[in-house]
Amino acid sequence: MHVVVCVKQIPDPAEPGKLEADNTLDRSGKLILDESDSYGVEMALQLVDKAGGGEVTLVSMAPNGETSGLRTALAMGAAKAILVSDDALSGAGALDTAKVLAAAIKRAEPDLVLAATESSDGYTGTVPEQVAAVLGLPSITFAKDVTIDGDTVKVQRQTELGYDEVTTSLPAVVSVTAGVVEPRYPSFKGIMAAKSKPVDQLTLADLGIDASQVGAAGAGQEIVAVEDAPEREAGEIIEDDGEAHLKIVEFLDGLKVI
Amino acid sequence: MALNRIWVYAEANEGKVSPLTLELLAKARELAPTVEAVYGGGDADAIAGTLGAHGASKVLATGDLGGSLPGVPVASAIAKAVSDGNGPDLIMLGTSYDGRDVAARLSVALDKPVITNNVDIEVSGDDVIVTEPIFGGTKLVKTKFTAGTPYIALFRPKSFAAEETGGGPAAVETLEVTDPGQAKVVNRHVEEATGPKLDEAAVVVTGGRGLGEAEKYEMIETLAKLLKGAPGASRAIVDAGWVPYSYQIGQTGKVVKPTVYIAAGVSGATQHLVGMKGSKNIIAINKDPEAPIFSVADLGIVGDVHKVLPKLIEALQSR
Repeated sequence: MHVVVCVKQIPDPAEPGKLEADNTLDRSGKLILDESDSYGVEMALQLVDKAGGGEVTLVSMAPNGETSGLRTALAMGAAKAILVSDDALSGAGALDTAKVLAAAIKRAEPDLVLAATESSDGYTGTVPEQVAAVLGLPSITFAKDVTIDGDTVKVQRQTELGYDEVTTSLPAVVSVTAGVVEPRYPSFKGIMAAKSKPVDQLTLADLGIDASQVGAAGAGQEIVAVEDAPEREAGEIIEDDGEAHLKIVEFLDGLKVI
Repeated sequence: MALNRIWVYAEANEGKVSPLTLELLAKARELAPTVEAVYGGGDADAIAGTLGAHGASKVLATGDLGGSLPGVPVASAIAKAVSDGNGPDLIMLGTSYDGRDVAARLSVALDKPVITNNVDIEVSGDDVIVTEPIFGGTKLVKTKFTAGTPYIALFRPKSFAAEETGGGPAAVETLEVTDPGQAKVVNRHVEEATGPKLDEAAVVVTGGRGLGEAEKYEMIETLAKLLKGAPGASRAIVDAGWVPYSYQIGQTGKVVKPTVYIAAGVSGATQHLVGMKGSKNIIAINKDPEAPIFSVADLGIVGDVHKVLPKLIEALQSR
């Protein structure tokens, strides 16, 4: 069982985000593993365990040969990583990102590709399905449970009303929602081992992708303005003196919702 | 005119059109003289009346999908129409489970970008410009399509107000599917839900990490029930596994705009604010006076949720 997990290395979401002069997200600081991706990594490790063998390969695209987030996932137990890093990818949209990830995934020849439903910085939520489309593979998004049965993957897919049981044949692309498994903490041994695990660094040329077709050059969209959103007027802030709940009741009363 | 014909991806459940679809139809009518709905399913006749009443002149329907997830077959049908020269200038889809799948498949099939998370769209001369909030809604990014039509755009729920036009039923026509798709739904599970839906409720009560432990979420459910509202959650407690993803409010969850929003033990990360700051009235309870949630609150209580909530529940129960 060979599982590829797409992971993104992002600026720390706890820090306030900044834009560059060309209105792309400032990614110059330290990048970390997107927490959303830790669920896919954990699920992949569990599926390989249940299958009784195999390995997990990470696939990522990031500027400046960034590997710190990859090391976190390698420390959890992934065997190796493929990192695509190329200056021409600055300003790449979701479709370009999917084309690049798909080309890298193709090299790994996995049985299953897992990804988060969306990243915590760009959150387009379209990349996993686009990767599947580029690869010509079936896909199931918003998985909360994934099981492998021979050549079939069975997924509980989140819906508005509950969940659907969805099946398809392998290889396939599945996106997983956050919180559905408990990501393991890397052990000290895992962290040490991760330092020497192979990270295959590739450029667009290595993948046979024309740089003029991706990145800002091929995005098919152009940011024309970035404006401040209108702010909400500040309200009344009070310290709880033991009677603050009465203030809430009064407020609700005034709105006639009780 | 930059836009002559717009297609809106229509979603429905058991013959009831989703509110998001009706919101998109209302906006589409402002932008183009011809608005048509695209529907993946065999029961288009059942929804043609509603779609027509909201401004769609036609429903282009794929017919029964045979249990397939809509992404592949619906995108294949739209792509076929486009390659036959019968496509629209713009395809509008809602940010929903299936809307995102269809948009993603379509962008690859047409080799065009899909611009996501939009809350507005305008035509300016020959340009079509969409607006996406970033950094928790503190900044608005306006982006112009440059790749040629058809443009593909995904919109967040509640970006526009649905409105009837009084039009007659939309004419049902067939859209030919060229790829039926392999992923099949074999079983549907509907979870028992009591009370109103999260994104339709007049009152929403949301719990966050400040509750301390999963068991304390019960207070949120009790309070929501007392106010005939719906319980919601911050991403932190969804990630922690306390409640399912369907409860999540924020950038990566649902967008709510209720009459009253009560945030209990929610710090108000930018991620969360973008999903709720459009609420008419916001009440926040948090221990930390510096919590960002207070910047959007109409009534902010600096206090311990474990003290304030039980008293509030008791006070409401005794009324």
